[in-house]
Amino acid sequence: MKIVEKSLSFYKEFERKSGPHKETTHYCPGCGHGNVHKMIAECMDDLGIRDRTVFVSPVGCSVFGYYYFDCGNIQAAHGRAPAVATGIKRANPDSIVISYQGDGDLAAIGTAETIHTANRGENITVFFVNNAIYGMTGGQMAPTTMIGQKTTTTPRGRMETVHGNPIRMAEIIATLPAASYVERVAIGNSKHIMKARKAIRKALENQVANKGYSFVEILSTCPTGWKMDGPDSRDWLIEEMTKVFPLGVLKDDADEREGDWYRPVKGFEPAKRDTYLGADIPDEVIEKVGLKQDLMCKFAGFGGQGILTLGLFWAQVGMRNGLHTSWIPSYGPEMRGGTANCSVNISEKRIGSPLVEKPNALVVMNQPSLELFEPDVIDGGTIIIDTSIVEGRPDTARLNAVLIPATEIADEVGTPKVANVVLLGALAAASGAFTIEQVEKTLRATIKKKNLIDMNMTALKRGWDHVKNGG
Amino acid sequence: MSRQFMKGNDAIVVGALQAGCRAYYGYPITPASEIAHAAAMHFPALGGTFIQAESEIAAINMVYGTAGMGIRTMTASSSPGFSLKQEGMSYIAGAELPCVVVNVVRGGPGLGNIAPEQADYFQVTKGGGHGNYRLITFAPNCAQEMCDLTVLAFDLADKYRTPACLMADGFTGQMMEPVEVPLAKEVPYDHTSWAVAGTPETSKNLISSIYLESNDLERHNLKLDAKYKEITANEVRYEEYLCDDAELIIVAFGIVSRIVYSTIDEARAAGKKIGLIRPITLWPYPSGIISQHAERDVQFLSVELSTGQMVEDVRLAVNGRAPVHFYGRCGGNVPSGDELLAEYDRILEGGRS
Repeated sequence: MKIVEKSLSFYKEFERKSGPHKETTHYCPGCGHGNVHKMIAECMDDLGIRDRTVFVSPVGCSVFGYYYFDCGNIQAAHGRAPAVATGIKRANPDSIVISYQGDGDLAAIGTAETIHTANRGENITVFFVNNAIYGMTGGQMAPTTMIGQKTTTTPRGRMETVHGNPIRMAEIIATLPAASYVERVAIGNSKHIMKARKAIRKALENQVANKGYSFVEILSTCPTGWKMDGPDSRDWLIEEMTKVFPLGVLKDDADEREGDWYRPVKGFEPAKRDTYLGADIPDEVIEKVGLKQDLMCKFAGFGGQGILTLGLFWAQVGMRNGLHTSWIPSYGPEMRGGTANCSVNISEKRIGSPLVEKPNALVVMNQPSLELFEPDVIDGGTIIIDTSIVEGRPDTARLNAVLIPATEIADEVGTPKVANVVLLGALAAASGAFTIEQVEKTLRATIKKKNLIDMNMTALKRGWDHVKNGG
Repeated sequence: MSRQFMKGNDAIVVGALQAGCRAYYGYPITPASEIAHAAAMHFPALGGTFIQAESEIAAINMVYGTAGMGIRTMTASSSPGFSLKQEGMSYIAGAELPCVVVNVVRGGPGLGNIAPEQADYFQVTKGGGHGNYRLITFAPNCAQEMCDLTVLAFDLADKYRTPACLMADGFTGQMMEPVEVPLAKEVPYDHTSWAVAGTPETSKNLISSIYLESNDLERHNLKLDAKYKEITANEVRYEEYLCDDAELIIVAFGIVSRIVYSTIDEARAAGKKIGLIRPITLWPYPSGIISQHAERDVQFLSVELSTGQMVEDVRLAVNGRAPVHFYGRCGGNVPSGDELLAEYDRILEGGRS
């Protein structure tokens, strides 16, 4: 008696399978999955890829692929196998990743994952077993169920006007430029099987050579779901299914690709990350500035005036002088009337709420902000107003007003864009918390465009002097 | 370490990279998109992976794939997107894969709005997906914690082979504060025994959450439960602020706890004895410390950006021994300091009735 050697890529005994029969598969007699498994396992043997292959099992009858394949196995949620396969391949581009899926998994619940994985040209191999029915859940309509075909959810047969048409996934995938190789094969007769084996092999070879995404649709039989015997199902596959799902290569430009789809992980050493993020730069020793009171500032104006950046500069003056600081932009219902605003806290103590509800300093660059926020400023607080833009004046009986034509000054300095820096100078001077040198140092370190530093320094000094000289 | 001024959302990415997270998968959504922006900038620059997935569902399943390789990976989203991830998270918990998921919570239900809320508390802490599972959940309240708790989330995820979550809000995400950037480290775990890494030494491993036989699935559930009990025993984290003599203890997390700090200082200055318990882990919940305080003559007030979710855990911890009050705002509104101070007065005047 001739003993057929089991493929090396199959387990010798199927220990993961429950029940007493560890030699046979869980598939029904006449089911095509066993054939397809066998062809894949043989190709894995031939290519010598078994020990670096990861087989992603779908949900469906082939959910138990891991009973059989002696390689790394990951079982995925329904329809998500291509996304899982993406996560595997990107993490280890030297692994060989097989996404094995049925028609419900690939063409219904997982359509998005299927299309987009192909569209990214992930360097994986997808085997799509199309048997025109849901097997495991009890013979319901699949997206590939044929017109007229009776299933448990199309008891009167699939109707175009009610259920739509059988979907041709291979044709859809073939329209995507990043897909490298797309073929539809079948397992109806021995000629089919020879072609199917060739296609499966090519799809795996492509991946080994990093030629990108390969998709092989395999028309297969489900005698149980179709309520037919084995021979009848093979006939039905050959005579009916191949009419709707024509066999052949739909796309193949793999040979034009030279390992283009290899996406190596280029090293991720801790030292490299530290340098990149600046984590290894030692903190400069800073002399902590003492504050007479917490600085609770609100900055408000039109978007585009640099008002939020002004708040950022101010917050960093605090940080670079050893103080606790927080900056938060307006967020949610506060944001109205076209104004942008932010809250900045600077304190010697840990900062509680980052939201400044009752500022002791308010900087405004437009009229609506003055109207909106002046009432919130605490008695004796300071309001700094860009009088080039804002017409209103605050209640000086209650508040200290710093009136400064910041935009005009900025224009004289070189550009109205530095009006916010003029205001920074004014705020720093009015607060009495920092020396101009301390503010200059922060500004110098914070400004990204180094050619603009001089102009900004002049703007800062003009704002500072305006307050100090009693302007 | 170096001190840098950064947004909370950026601090998450910095923490992730320094923890050795090598792959980020996400889908844009306000107010979590900055995390994806920073990840898109930094991960590829360091040889890691960033993919803008076709959906939140795909993103969490890419995480499943990379986590299954034993490699640190993450995704981040905001409430509606976080709902979409629940299926994948149940599979990840069931298959015992380590990863980090971030939820920058926004207003709900449904499309809600983009402003901060904390109304995903139930979803995050009670198991938003199907089946018996838990999510180690951190609630950062400052940019430094956005970074540090991300690092810790990766460590605990690896230690217990379970997903960990950061539940933040729009404020902690948008706020900029100084952050001491920690030094990068090698991942201190070897996952060869279970991971499927596409290598010969891991080729016998299997990642799966299917157990057909009832006894097998029950055994698996009991194993997970034992792990959750171990986490509950070891990983509770909280901050206590002026609770020892407090007549009213506020329980609050995230941005709300920051507002409460300020009110407590103000109330104490006026001679009112108020304290704060701030859960840093929302699961496991700091029931122990709440229970201890419930032994004395004290009242509790849970302040949340919701209509009352965490308050149920406070009540469970107190177990009828003290009055438990609730104050909440939602839709993007946050309680002002004055609003809270008035609420404290109302409760203190009412006494322990």
